[in-house]
Amino acid sequence: MSNSPSMTAPAVGKAGGASFTPGTPGAEMPQRRKLLLAATSAIGAVGAAAVAAPFVASWFPSERAKAAGAPVDIDIAAIEPGMLLRAEWRGQPVWVVRRTPEMLATLDTVKPRLADPDSKAAQQPDYAANATRSIKPEMLVLVGICTHLGCSPTDRLQPTEGWAGGFYCPCHGSVFDLAGRVFAGMPAPTNLVVPPYMYLNDTRLRIGEDSKGA
Amino acid sequence: MSRIIAAGQGLVDWVDERFPLVSTWKYHMSEYYAPKNFNFWYYFGSLAMIVLVLQIVTGIFLTMNYKPDALAAFGSVEYIMRDVSGGWFIRYMHSTGASMFFVVVYLHMMRALLYGSYRKPRELLWIFGCMIYLALMAEAFMGYLLPWGQMSYWGAQVIVNLFATVPVVGPELSVWIRGDFLVSDATLNRFFALHVIALPLVLVGLVFLHLVALHEVGSNNPDGIEIKKNKDPVTGKPVDGIPFFPYYIVKDLIGIVVFFIVFFAILFFGPEMGGYFLEYNNFLPADPLQTPAHIAPVWYFTPFYAMLRAVPAMFGSQFAGVAVMGAGVIILFFLPWLDKSPVKSIRYKGPIFRTALTIFVVSFLILGYLGVATTDVWGKMPEVLPIIGGVEVATIVSRILTVAYFAFFLAMPWYSRIDKCKPEPERLT
Repeated sequence: MSNSPSMTAPAVGKAGGASFTPGTPGAEMPQRRKLLLAATSAIGAVGAAAVAAPFVASWFPSERAKAAGAPVDIDIAAIEPGMLLRAEWRGQPVWVVRRTPEMLATLDTVKPRLADPDSKAAQQPDYAANATRSIKPEMLVLVGICTHLGCSPTDRLQPTEGWAGGFYCPCHGSVFDLAGRVFAGMPAPTNLVVPPYMYLNDTRLRIGEDSKGA
Repeated sequence: MSRIIAAGQGLVDWVDERFPLVSTWKYHMSEYYAPKNFNFWYYFGSLAMIVLVLQIVTGIFLTMNYKPDALAAFGSVEYIMRDVSGGWFIRYMHSTGASMFFVVVYLHMMRALLYGSYRKPRELLWIFGCMIYLALMAEAFMGYLLPWGQMSYWGAQVIVNLFATVPVVGPELSVWIRGDFLVSDATLNRFFALHVIALPLVLVGLVFLHLVALHEVGSNNPDGIEIKKNKDPVTGKPVDGIPFFPYYIVKDLIGIVVFFIVFFAILFFGPEMGGYFLEYNNFLPADPLQTPAHIAPVWYFTPFYAMLRAVPAMFGSQFAGVAVMGAGVIILFFLPWLDKSPVKSIRYKGPIFRTALTIFVVSFLILGYLGVATTDVWGKMPEVLPIIGGVEVATIVSRILTVAYFAFFLAMPWYSRIDKCKPEPERLT
């Protein structure tokens, strides 16, 4: 690399045995030189990729960010029927709603207008893949993040004109029912996510971990 | 006096023996011949460069007090606004500059559409321009996260999640971009790095290439004919060209003065521009648990955002909408090869192209408006109608306009060929 021009010139001339001067029109590059060029380029490319790898890897979540996903325990005793409690798990909003019998009754009536009324898509743990999408029918636990582009929908738990109530995403207008199931024809393709959760006792809920230890 | 001039000349000679000073000046300035018939539309290229310089200078000064830390970012911007001497002025220059950058770039692109400046031999020039536009959008988007307000946060959340819709690798890709499972301190830090160093370098590099390409092929003009075809046989200079220096430097200076009057009027009297340049929700600190009731991107992204919203989820994925939005920008790159018209300029193009361009511009503007508004802004279609009954009017209109936007490009090879064009003149008019 540090060869001075006066030193490279004769060396180049002798390469491959035949007299070859780079830059001469019509001069054929010797076979050996072609091979060396290709080999050097290939090794160089591998080296460049190897150097790039740690830079690309540095964009993935750090160990600290990964460790922040610990489960959270919340007390649900204070949630009145028809009320919503906001908790934070992995930096995301988690909603806990104690549904009234009237609210539960709406789940059946809206069924024909839903995209996935029977929760066939894997947006919930198996124990929540039921008619109410919950372990205990009245207690709804949802990750409050729209499955469209990640906004947090607003709760409209009271029935309004033409709508039995549920959740409305302000960003792109997706509408969900009181079990977090998306209505058909909305920008959001799937139902809201039910996180893994378990009851520690009647009034304490653990979010982020279930009896299977997920 | 003459001794000073001689000394100056000596210095120039000394430099010129070591650096191509005089020849560069001549090639790009005093002997760069530009068509003599530039009009109003030709101000916006030089204005875009001025705004780029403003953004870089004000940006450097903002970094001296800004803190790219999720806990401190919002406070540090308020600190700049309230406590740093002149801080509000520098910050408002930067925020107003961001919007004005898009104003002049959109007008600059409109000029190219009007006069066919993307046509042969200026295809590469146009492509460099499209790349600048793309880099500018990335730069603006990342800059908007930095104040760490509610709109910053949720805007970034939505845009990064666009990448999550890519089939197969999407979710992992969006985590990689954020550096976390949601927009967080890690995201803020990397966006800061990209916004203040990586993308500005790319932008300046692209602007350099844009100018090199421009000075190689020469400027187009409102007549869309090549001045290089008609050179003075003695001097070899284009008969219809005038040197860029001093003539167009002086012309551009007038444009810059007028631009600054507008710029500083906005800065001093309405820096928020009624919530369009700086959105009201962004004066609230970012709250990952609560999305604001109405979120919309800043005005310069809204036409594409309206396209995104217009496309419904297909096959259980919203990737279709994202693809349409992306295609809306990428299709610009192909314009030089879509236009088959025998003439370049709108002055000699026929009624079909003029109509198509009008529909295109109107569609783009209305889409821009719909991207700011809520989807229920125009109410719903009557329930009695088949299929579209009960669907929001704005959604239907967005769909029609999105089709119009794409039809302008995709049907161009056909309508530009059959259009009745007028003959181009021999010389500039």
